[in-house]
Amino acid sequence: MSTTYTFSKEDLAEIEKIKAKYPDKKSPVMPVLWLAQDKFGHVNDDVQKLVAETLDLPPAHVFGVATFYTQYYKKEMGKFVIDVCTSFSCQACGAYDILHYIEDQLGIKAGETTADGKFSIQSVECLGACGYAPMLQITNGVYCNHLTKEKVDVILDKLKKDEMPAFERIPFPQHTTAKS
Amino acid sequence: MLQDWKNYQPLLIPNIPNLHRMDVYEKNGGYEQLKKVLTDSEYSPEKVTNIVKDANIRGRGGAGFSAGLKWSFMPKPDGGPRYIAANGDESEPGTFKDRQIFEYNPHLFIEGAIIAGYAMSITAVYVYIRGEYRDWINMMQKAVDDAYAKGYLGKNILGTDFSIDMYVHSGAGAYICGEESSLMESLEGKRGYPRVKPPFPAQKGLWGRPTTINNIETLANVPLVIKNGSAWYKAIGAETHPGPVLYGISGHINKPGIYEYPTGMLVSDLINEVCGGVRGGKKVKALIPGGSSTPPLRGDQLEGVRMDADSLRTAGSMMGTAGMLILDEDTDMVDFLWRVSLFYHHESCGQCTPCRDGTGFLEKTLIKIKNGEGEMRDLDLLLDLCTQMEGRTICALADAAAWPVRYTVTRFREDFEKRVKNTVYALA
Repeated sequence: MSTTYTFSKEDLAEIEKIKAKYPDKKSPVMPVLWLAQDKFGHVNDDVQKLVAETLDLPPAHVFGVATFYTQYYKKEMGKFVIDVCTSFSCQACGAYDILHYIEDQLGIKAGETTADGKFSIQSVECLGACGYAPMLQITNGVYCNHLTKEKVDVILDKLKKDEMPAFERIPFPQHTTAKS
Repeated sequence: MLQDWKNYQPLLIPNIPNLHRMDVYEKNGGYEQLKKVLTDSEYSPEKVTNIVKDANIRGRGGAGFSAGLKWSFMPKPDGGPRYIAANGDESEPGTFKDRQIFEYNPHLFIEGAIIAGYAMSITAVYVYIRGEYRDWINMMQKAVDDAYAKGYLGKNILGTDFSIDMYVHSGAGAYICGEESSLMESLEGKRGYPRVKPPFPAQKGLWGRPTTINNIETLANVPLVIKNGSAWYKAIGAETHPGPVLYGISGHINKPGIYEYPTGMLVSDLINEVCGGVRGGKKVKALIPGGSSTPPLRGDQLEGVRMDADSLRTAGSMMGTAGMLILDEDTDMVDFLWRVSLFYHHESCGQCTPCRDGTGFLEKTLIKIKNGEGEMRDLDLLLDLCTQMEGRTICALADAAAWPVRYTVTRFREDFEKRVKNTVYALA
């Protein structure tokens, strides 16, 4: 059984807007792959073919791009993909403990998806939140910083109820300590 | 001049609530420098380039190259399109500064990029932001939309005949795309393979046209220079590397985060005074001064070391992105170095053999040592591998992978020797 993937009229209008930003027809591949992933949740072979057809490019080119960049999901992932940063700034602050704690809580290992298709866990490279370590990102979106086991529990509980944690604005330290 | 850093008021991210909003930014003198440059006939493109060159803004993305000098490499306009690629890829581990600009002061960057565009007769600016920064990409897109609505971007800006477009482009998780030629490949919708240089981007960049690549923070410095003059700018911080810098401080430290101070700050002041010292009152074992590619310094090498290109070169490291990682005395440097090598192995684009295979061998050898199966000769093997990688590839990723290995193994050799078997091979 294979699903058929198609772009809606609105999507195609959006793609035209993207194409207008670039001088040639190859360049919109990345933003259109992003659009497709936001819509379908992944960019598997069939979605890549759809992108290639829409942009009138060889499927091999789109495949080449999609497989080069780690954020494009080449296969179906859980509804919530938990990317735990384990790069060395986070490593120094206990990221592996957090990763293993999440693995225990969800009963899967990094790189796997739960049987109900709700969660995937990945151990990823630096996400650019080194001062707020350890941290994780949910499905290429919200950052959750300063993790503790208690905070992870709250996040997982929220996600189980399909609620996304809110964006955390981290105050600029010199603003909060400045004399008024 | 550095004595007074305690009273320093941030310039890149000043303490003004809601400065990311157009109305607040304008009320605080925003876009005034753009108006001055575009409407005052005294400011020719050459003059703007010369002011920036004279101010000696050194690139904040890692290489520390003079921004004005880079601009002056652009050939004369021939009527065709010319581009700026603003580098907000920021994937050097330990670095998290540009996102502060997207979040707190995006219009300062936009204004700087438009002024740079005027100086080089640019037709379009592509802002490349790493894909993980979804929230910050949206903030930046909002700021760009606002600037279009106000007529600071688009056709005939402020009634002059200068026109420029700005587009935000999202990456998708590839460290290598922070390398300038790889970034251009990525913008052109390809795999991020670095290009062979020459031709340099100023001759043949994006879509074969003249292009300048500047870091986000570098461009955010431009309006400050135009406003206050190059002499004022040069008086901030270190003589040969002036200006404000966003220090990203992470690791075993009491108050990690981004701090804006002049260049040339004493490392000890940043650690002890600004960040409240090392966690648990411990000693510093290692400092990585500017992102993972810069050689680590031992805690006992830090006395008198300042955060500027020259001081750090003398100390045996580099300024990089000023993303400082502080490790305390209990850190296992073998574990640390293994994780650094894993990163480079993962991020090597695979074009050049010394890097593709070298990063893998480094990681494999470090896993062996980490697991207690290494031998003394593996330490020499690591250094030998570094020699075979350095300077033998298209881009600098192989060097960036080799340097931390070379300098961690040589400067923290006792940690490694403790973990390896002291095998003696008898000559048969």
